[in-house]
Amino acid sequence: MATLARLQARSTSMGQQYYYRNSVVDVFRKKENDAAVKIQSWFRGCQVRAYIRHLHTVATTIQKWWRGYLGRQRYQLIVKLAYYTMKMNLYNAMAVRIQRRWRGYKIRKYCFNYYYLKEYLKAVSETNDAIRDFRIMNSCTLFRCREALEEFAEMKDREEKKADLEREEKKRDYQARKTHYLLSTKQIPGIYNSPFRKDPDPWELRLQKAKPLTHRRPKVKQTHSVSLSDWLACTSARSFPRSEILPPIDRKPCQGPFRPVAEVLEQRYRPLEPTLRVADPLDGLKEARREVQRQEWARNVNDNMFLPFSSYHKNKKYIPTLHLSSKYGSDSYGRQHFRDENPKRWICDKDFQTVLPSFDLFSKYGKLYSKAGQIV
Amino acid sequence: MSQRQVLQVFEQYQKARTQFVQTVAELATRPQNIETLQNAGVMSLLRPLLLDVVPTIQQTAVLALGRLANYNDDLAEAVVKGGILPQLVYSLVEQNRFYKKAAAFVLRAVGKHSPQLAQAIVDCGALDTLVVCLEDFDPGVREAAAWAFSYIARHNAELSQAVVDAGAVPLLVLCIQEPEIALKGIAASALSDIAKHSPELAQTVVDVGAIAHLAQMILNPDAKLKRQVLSALSQIAKHSVNMAEMVVEAEIFPVVLTCLKDKDDYVKKNASTLIREIAKHTPELSQLIVNAGGVAAVIDCIASCKGNIRLPGIMMLGYVAAHSENLAMAVIISKGVPMLSVCLSEEPEDHIKAAATWALGQIGRHTPEHARAVVVTNTLPVLLSLYMSTESSEDLQIKSKKALKNILQQCTYLPALEPLLYDAPPNILKHVVGQFSKVLLSWIFRHTSAESGQLSTTYSLNKVIILYPNS
Repeated sequence: MATLARLQARSTSMGQQYYYRNSVVDVFRKKENDAAVKIQSWFRGCQVRAYIRHLHTVATTIQKWWRGYLGRQRYQLIVKLAYYTMKMNLYNAMAVRIQRRWRGYKIRKYCFNYYYLKEYLKAVSETNDAIRDFRIMNSCTLFRCREALEEFAEMKDREEKKADLEREEKKRDYQARKTHYLLSTKQIPGIYNSPFRKDPDPWELRLQKAKPLTHRRPKVKQTHSVSLSDWLACTSARSFPRSEILPPIDRKPCQGPFRPVAEVLEQRYRPLEPTLRVADPLDGLKEARREVQRQEWARNVNDNMFLPFSSYHKNKKYIPTLHLSSKYGSDSYGRQHFRDENPKRWICDKDFQTVLPSFDLFSKYGKLYSKAGQIV
Repeated sequence: MSQRQVLQVFEQYQKARTQFVQTVAELATRPQNIETLQNAGVMSLLRPLLLDVVPTIQQTAVLALGRLANYNDDLAEAVVKGGILPQLVYSLVEQNRFYKKAAAFVLRAVGKHSPQLAQAIVDCGALDTLVVCLEDFDPGVREAAAWAFSYIARHNAELSQAVVDAGAVPLLVLCIQEPEIALKGIAASALSDIAKHSPELAQTVVDVGAIAHLAQMILNPDAKLKRQVLSALSQIAKHSVNMAEMVVEAEIFPVVLTCLKDKDDYVKKNASTLIREIAKHTPELSQLIVNAGGVAAVIDCIASCKGNIRLPGIMMLGYVAAHSENLAMAVIISKGVPMLSVCLSEEPEDHIKAAATWALGQIGRHTPEHARAVVVTNTLPVLLSLYMSTESSEDLQIKSKKALKNILQQCTYLPALEPLLYDAPPNILKHVVGQFSKVLLSWIFRHTSAESGQLSTTYSLNKVIILYPNS
């Protein structure tokens, strides 16, 4: 039994020892296993890597060759294109050369002649100069016109020369008239008539012919009033032409049924006996007024108007009546002026003048045929 | 005795009538008397005197009526309304030449004021009697009749057609061939007034063979006659190419060019109008004129006169230059461009300036050579100032803008474009800068190595560069 107990006491430790020994082995086995696994995995990895490396090289080779192939293809395309472009550029350049020559030729031959244009413009400018010069019409191709034009040109020239000569003559004439005092007199020979000359200077002759200039007289305005006396004067001026020598006294009168000469003359040249109405001037009223004013002016001692004697009313203002001071009151028309005046419509710039003709009640006074009732 | 007294009464009456009519006729010569006469009712007093027994009174009455009607259109209307015209026309046929002259004067005086009055004259059948007067022997009567025709036909085409229908045109051409200068002139002006309205009327004038006779009269020394003849030819030539060619075939060149040197201003004006009307139709006609030296003559004519007289000459240069570039080059070598620039700067009137700018635009628009020739005389700043100025009329502004555009689109002469860079408004500036870019870029590409420095100093490249960021 002791062993049992010992065994039982050792059972646990035996169990432990058994476990322990197994576990150690296990651990060692594990360790070994791990190591083996490690080695194996390492080796497998090397294998695989070598395989992959191999695959890589193979793939690289394939790709290398494939890429080379593609690149060569592209290169061929590029070469083709470049060649083609070079050819086209050459053709274009050659075509441009041909076209340039052709275009120049075409325009010069058919469309536009530059030298002709230059010639034309030169001809135009020459024609212009000819026209401007007017005497040398070289480029005028119309003969008839040219002759007519030359005639015309000559006529114009002649007219101009004549006008110039006339102007010169007028100027010289005016000079001669202004300097007429340089004419030579009997005592003193003038400056143009030197005694040492054979004949006088032509200017001397011009001075002799010239009439001296007169001073300009101020123009007197002549009033066009025709009065009665002028008419009377003109009738007497046209009277019987009186010779200086009177006819002889005892001249026998002419035979025949003639009236006596004196009677005839008396009848013919009977003076005008105008009526009062005719003999009065039209503006007699105005003249009479003026005459009265003149007489009063001559008579008056003092020209001022009369002043009132007292100074009471000096400062008094005038108060007009209601009738006059209202604005509805008297209108000047009807009191101060009796006509509607419109100066803008007057033909001349004068207004009507007041005319009071005299009446001819007494015009036939003493001139009636019969002498009845006259005072002897 | 009593018979003598009776006759004396009649004598006095006749003397009074004569004196009245003569004084009225004399007073009617002064315009200030005419209103008084009108207010005094002179028309109704003169009317019975037209039928007076004594011929001198009739003639003087007609003359007085003519002078009154000549003064203004109220009186002319009064003549028409008073039924005087039929009497005149009726008695025209059988009277002597003084009466005919005076009656034609009345018809002329009435017809000149307005188309309605001229129509009234046509309606009362005066045209046939006037045609009868045109066949008269006395040149004064023919002159008066031709003058009346001219004034009637002046107003519009229907009246001209009426004149033509009355058969006046052949007689007028016969009048042109007469030796009296006044008659020739008035017949020429009548033909001119007839032909100016429409091509058909001009064709009727041409069919009678007027052109040859008119062309022969160009060399006549009388200035007034030349005026009328040139105006007649220009009215004929203006309608169509055929008419212009017919006028040219009458061999007027280079005779017409001598008329451009005449002393009388209106002869010059009418001659340049004639040349303008011929030049404007086709390039061939312009070529003919240029070949005959017409351009130089016109330029001299422009140089010698001022104002409205220059206008047809300037327009003629524009028309010639517009046809083709060779003709424009011919205008340039005849020294036309300095003359046009002078006109542009001298003339005060806007319409003449507008014509000059238009002509310059036509010259400069063809090629860069032409543009250079125009621009070298420093015209671009002038054109610009005309375009920008507020005082110039709208027509002038439009024309100067167009001329500027046309010239700038061809101009490659950079020193002349420089001043425009500073003042121009944006719409002009873009053309200027465009031209600069055209010229300068090609320079830059060609001279990238060394000369671009020189380029920028000469052509103010800085200013262009400054403008670029701004535009």
